[in-house]
Amino acid sequence: MAGLQLLSEYGLRVDGRRPNELRQIRCKMGVFSQPDGSAYLEQGNTKVLAAVYGPHEVRLNRSKTHHDRAYINCQFSMAVFSTSERKRRPRGDRKSQEMDMNLNQIFESAIRTELYPRSRIDIYLEVLQADGSNFSACVNAATLALIDAGIPLKDYVCSCTSTLAPSQGGAPPTPMVDVNHVEETLGGPGLNMSTLPRLDSVVHLELSGTRLHLSHIDPVAEKASTGAADIMAVLDKAVRGHVAQCLHARELSGQGADA
Amino acid sequence: MEVTDVNIRLACDRICLPAVSENEVQKLFTPGEDIPTCAGFMRGHGTYTEGEDLKASVAGVKEQVNKLISIKPLKSRYNGEIGDVVVGRVVEVQQKRWKIDTNARLESVLLLSSVNLPGGELRRRSSEDEKMMRKYLQEGDLISAEVMNVYQDGALSLHTRSLKYGKLSQGVLVKVFPSLIMRRKNHFHSLPNGAAVILGNNGFVWICPASGLEHQEDSGSAGGFIQDLEKEVPKADREVIARLKNCILALANSKMMLYDTSIIYAFEESMKFTITELLLPDVMVDVANLTQHRLHLDIAD
Repeated sequence: MAGLQLLSEYGLRVDGRRPNELRQIRCKMGVFSQPDGSAYLEQGNTKVLAAVYGPHEVRLNRSKTHHDRAYINCQFSMAVFSTSERKRRPRGDRKSQEMDMNLNQIFESAIRTELYPRSRIDIYLEVLQADGSNFSACVNAATLALIDAGIPLKDYVCSCTSTLAPSQGGAPPTPMVDVNHVEETLGGPGLNMSTLPRLDSVVHLELSGTRLHLSHIDPVAEKASTGAADIMAVLDKAVRGHVAQCLHARELSGQGADA
Repeated sequence: MEVTDVNIRLACDRICLPAVSENEVQKLFTPGEDIPTCAGFMRGHGTYTEGEDLKASVAGVKEQVNKLISIKPLKSRYNGEIGDVVVGRVVEVQQKRWKIDTNARLESVLLLSSVNLPGGELRRRSSEDEKMMRKYLQEGDLISAEVMNVYQDGALSLHTRSLKYGKLSQGVLVKVFPSLIMRRKNHFHSLPNGAAVILGNNGFVWICPASGLEHQEDSGSAGGFIQDLEKEVPKADREVIARLKNCILALANSKMMLYDTSIIYAFEESMKFTITELLLPDVMVDVANLTQHRLHLDIAD
């Protein structure tokens, strides 16, 4: 694509956003009735479904339990229709397995597993439409699903991917937050950061794409960190709205019980 | 051959609960949020301490009893307490006990010494009884029991030492979230429309014909483990049970609490719809709203 720049001379990205703007996030909790917790999250055009089962007893493989904490199992899967070309293997390939491992580590440090010895928590993620920042959207959706299931967390786990636009006309390279598919594939580094915003700690940091020079890491990481904090504000508002709605219905019905 | 209507709906037309302004609920906390505390607090469920501060770990309402602060989440797995009535399904037969699935985070345990022997004998359980365990309860059987004890890791120990507990025979099981079942003195209800209902604290609700529960009490000599599967349930009873099941699902869908009065009112309000119409989401919301209205009128009187 000739002449397609990540950042135009007016400071606009390919989809018209400013470098520090996030895409629109829409989410809904409790979309399924069968799993213990579920959530649906849209980050721009990236759509992710998350389902959480647990904590429950380990039935088949007794060796996979810890005697003092819960065993967390995450599965990342992309629907075959999620990418522009039909995806051959939705799960089980190398990249998905690596993502599974990363998700396991993230949630093991965020969930208070010491409360559930000998139990197992399963988190299933399905990407319905992949338009960049798939991993980040999955982490955010899984957080909402865990909150919906009532599993205690230390804090929200919010994730954001940021990149670095190459320098144009002598200006220093600009970090940009919340990449979409075009920005991911055009080359350039993608720094994926998952944080616990209120506790101000980073649980996962991953660099993909091209290499990033040491001097540029700080501004890019800073951008990702603020992006994650902004995402937390959106998720928090959604959680409060959902809980308030359900409590309202329950209060109206529970009033008759004392009579 | 008669073709019944197939109902297909668009997801965008789905009815959501009416929006509520957040100002009405003050004590709402989300994970990681600081809880303002007084000196000498004790932390309960749903909270954790980070240094000096008390933080919430689930999204829910704050409950404070004197100095004990806890956060109750909207829905969670069943947390058993001693004295709760539960309905569970046998998943495994082990050496001297059965493992029961009660929608808790660990499987519950029913010890051989906690069941009544047939004939109501009181004696020490021998190895003969161990071999006969499978004759009493097999994998897949449903039982009603009471929580006797809670182990340290959270697993429950059940007992069926009363005549009203035991194996359940013909009926329908409905699964709802445990937080929707109100804690009452009595969980076995015989409804005026001819059905009987057991509201298990773990969210499993058992609906059966009223004669089923009576029969269980009569067969006291058998210790509550005889299952009468040959008796035919008449069609009128079946319709009542099906309608009750749909009413309970409608109430659970709108997150309303389940207890005998709300179920009876929902049943009466649902009489204007046919049983199959009760499966439509807008009808479910209708029935729930009408029941809410009637419960309101009750307290207004």
